[in-house]
Amino acid sequence: MSIFVDEKNKVLVQGATGHQGVFHIGEMLNFGTKVVAGVTPGKGGQDVHGVPVFDSVREAVDETGADTSLVLVPARFAKDAVFEALDAGVKTVVVITENIPFHDAMEFVHYAKYKGALLIGPNCPGIASPGKTKIGILPGNIFKVGNVGVASRSGTLTYEIVNSLSEKGIGQSTCVGLGGDPIIGTTFIEALDAFEKDKDTKAVVLVGEIGGTAEEDAAEYIKEYISKPVFAFIAGRTAPPGKRMGHAGAIIARGKGTAESKIKAFEKADVKLARFPTDIADLIEKYV
Amino acid sequence: MKLFEYRGKELFKKYGIMVPNGRLVESEKDFFDLGFPLVLKAQVPVGGRGKAGGIKKADNLKDAKVKLGQIMGMNLRGYKVRKVLAEKMIDIKKELYLSVSLDRSKRMPLIMASAEGGMDIESVSDEKIFKEWVNPLIGLQSFNIRYIISKLGLGKEEGKEVSEVLTQIYKLFREYDCELVEINPLVFTSDGNVVALDSKIIINDDALFRHPDIIPEHVELTPLEKDAKEKGISFIQLDGNIGVIANGAGLTMATLDALTHFKGKGGVFLDLGGTDDPEKVKQAFELMKKAKPKVIFLNLFGGITKCDTVAKGVKAVISKEGIDCPVITRIKGMNEDKAKEILKDAGLVTATTLQDAAQRSSDLAGGGK
Repeated sequence: MSIFVDEKNKVLVQGATGHQGVFHIGEMLNFGTKVVAGVTPGKGGQDVHGVPVFDSVREAVDETGADTSLVLVPARFAKDAVFEALDAGVKTVVVITENIPFHDAMEFVHYAKYKGALLIGPNCPGIASPGKTKIGILPGNIFKVGNVGVASRSGTLTYEIVNSLSEKGIGQSTCVGLGGDPIIGTTFIEALDAFEKDKDTKAVVLVGEIGGTAEEDAAEYIKEYISKPVFAFIAGRTAPPGKRMGHAGAIIARGKGTAESKIKAFEKADVKLARFPTDIADLIEKYV
Repeated sequence: MKLFEYRGKELFKKYGIMVPNGRLVESEKDFFDLGFPLVLKAQVPVGGRGKAGGIKKADNLKDAKVKLGQIMGMNLRGYKVRKVLAEKMIDIKKELYLSVSLDRSKRMPLIMASAEGGMDIESVSDEKIFKEWVNPLIGLQSFNIRYIISKLGLGKEEGKEVSEVLTQIYKLFREYDCELVEINPLVFTSDGNVVALDSKIIINDDALFRHPDIIPEHVELTPLEKDAKEKGISFIQLDGNIGVIANGAGLTMATLDALTHFKGKGGVFLDLGGTDDPEKVKQAFELMKKAKPKVIFLNLFGGITKCDTVAKGVKAVISKEGIDCPVITRIKGMNEDKAKEILKDAGLVTATTLQDAAQRSSDLAGGGK
C-alpha cells in the first residue's frame, strides 16, 4: 500500500503546454503515472506526449474521468486554477507553484476542505508512491519500493534524504512534499495519520525546517497517536531570527519557529533526530 | 514587506482609523503647526525603538530641534534612521492591543486582543490574550467581534468603537494581503477618541503585484540582498565568512547547519533553486563574490536539475572571471561523475560527503573567525 496516491489516480495537469508542463508530463509517464489529460485555456485540442489537452478542467474530467490535478500554472493564476479543479470534482490537488499569495492559499485550502478534497502544497515538489505513481516534479530515479514513509517541507533536501535511503537499500512507501509555504493544505499531522494506518509503512521520516509550529504540533500528535518509529531532520539550526530562509515559510518570527524548539519537541516525543540529512539512513538501519 | 510606521498609519487613515496628528519631519519648519508637546519617532523596521532611544518627547520647538538631531541618522539595531515621524502627544486613558495575523497551523486569520496594551505582546501572559479565528470563506462575522469585545471589559460605547476598528483592520488585512496588522497600543483618549498610537503592518511580498499603491522599499534588506531580489535570486547575508551556494532552500539551510558542526560559520545563504541556466549561475557567483566570503562552499543535489549542467555554468564563470577564494564543492545525484570531472578541471576541490566538505570549508575559513 501507500498513502494519498497510488496507481489508480488519473491525473490531469493544469498548465500542461508550458515548458514545465511538457517536461514533467513526459517524466511522469516514464514513471508509470496515469496522466490522462492536460488543461491549458485556449490550447484545447492539442496534445502533449499523446496526452489530450483541454480548455477547461470540467471538459477534461468529463472526457477522461480524471480525479487528480497537478497544478503547474503561474502564481497569480493559481487560485483560479485550484478553485476550477475543486469545482469540477477533482478529489486530489497537488499544487507545485511557488510564490502564491498567502491569502489565496488560505482560501483554496479551506475550499478543498469544504469539498472534501485532499490538497497538497503549494510550493511543493509533489508526491510519489514508488512503483505506483509520481504526481509532481520529483526526480523519478531516486526512489525504491519499500516501507519507509517520508513527509517533508523541503524539496531538494528530501531528494537527498530519499536518495541516501535508496542507496542503503531502504525503500519508501510514499514520499510526500508538503511545501515550503506558511499556508499549506496537508501538514505533518495528516501525513502521520495516513502513514500510521498504512500497513506497508513501517517507519516514518519527517523533514522539517524553521518557521511556524508544524513540527511542534506533529510532536504532540506523535505522542498521542503514532505507534510507528519516527525519524526527523530539521533544517535551519543556525538561521537567524527575522530572515526568510529561501522558503516563504522558513522564518523565525516573534520568537516562534526556532529549530531548537522543534528539536526539543521531537525529543520529548521520542523521535530520533539526525545531525546531517544523510544520517537518517543510518538511524533507520540502527533502529528498524 | 514590513511597512514603516508612518506608511502603516496612512493605510489606517484610509480605513477610517484615527491616528495622532503628525508628519515626517526633516527640519524645524516641519513642526510649525503640530503643537507641543510632541513625540519624535525613528522610522525603522524593528521593534524596541523606545528602549534604544529612538522615541523621544519634545516640549517645545528648541527641544524638538535638538532631539530630531539626536534621532536622525542614529543607528538603531543595525538600521540607520533616515526618517522621523513627529506626532502630537496624546493624553491616554486606556490602552489595548489589537491584531490580525495569519495562523499557520489553523490556516486562518487570527484576531488577538488584550486589555494589556502598550506592552510587548510576547511578554503578556497567555490568559490575558484573547483569540478568535475567522474562516476565510465566510469572512469576519458579528459573532467573532462580539466574542472578542466581550473579553476586553469595555463600556458599551467603547465596545462599539473598538468593534469598528476591528472590522476595519480585518478588512485592511484581507484587502492588502497582509501577514500582520497590529495596533499596539490602541488608545482611548480622555476626550473620548480611539486612536492607533502605533502601526505594524507586514504585506506578503508575493502579493505586491496586485497592490500598485504600495511602493516596495524592502528597508529590511542589505544592498546586496536588494540587488539579488531584483535578479530573482534567493540570497541572504549572515554573520560568518563562508559563502554557501546550494540548490533548494532546505538543502542550503542544512549546509549552513553542517558548517556550524565543524565550527565554521555561514556568511551567505544562496539558493540556486531548480535552475541550471548558466546566466543565473553566473549572476549567483557574481553576487557571492561581492559578498567577499573567505571560502565558497557549493553543495548540489542533482535531481531534475542535472549536476553537470550546473557544473558547466560554474566552470564558465570561474574560467572567465576568475575567483579569489577557495571553492569547496560537494556534488551528488544525477550525472555527478561528469560534474566532478568538470569542476576538477576548473581547479575546484571536490569533496566526497557533506561532512567532508563542511569540515574542509570550516577549516579553510579559520573556524568562522
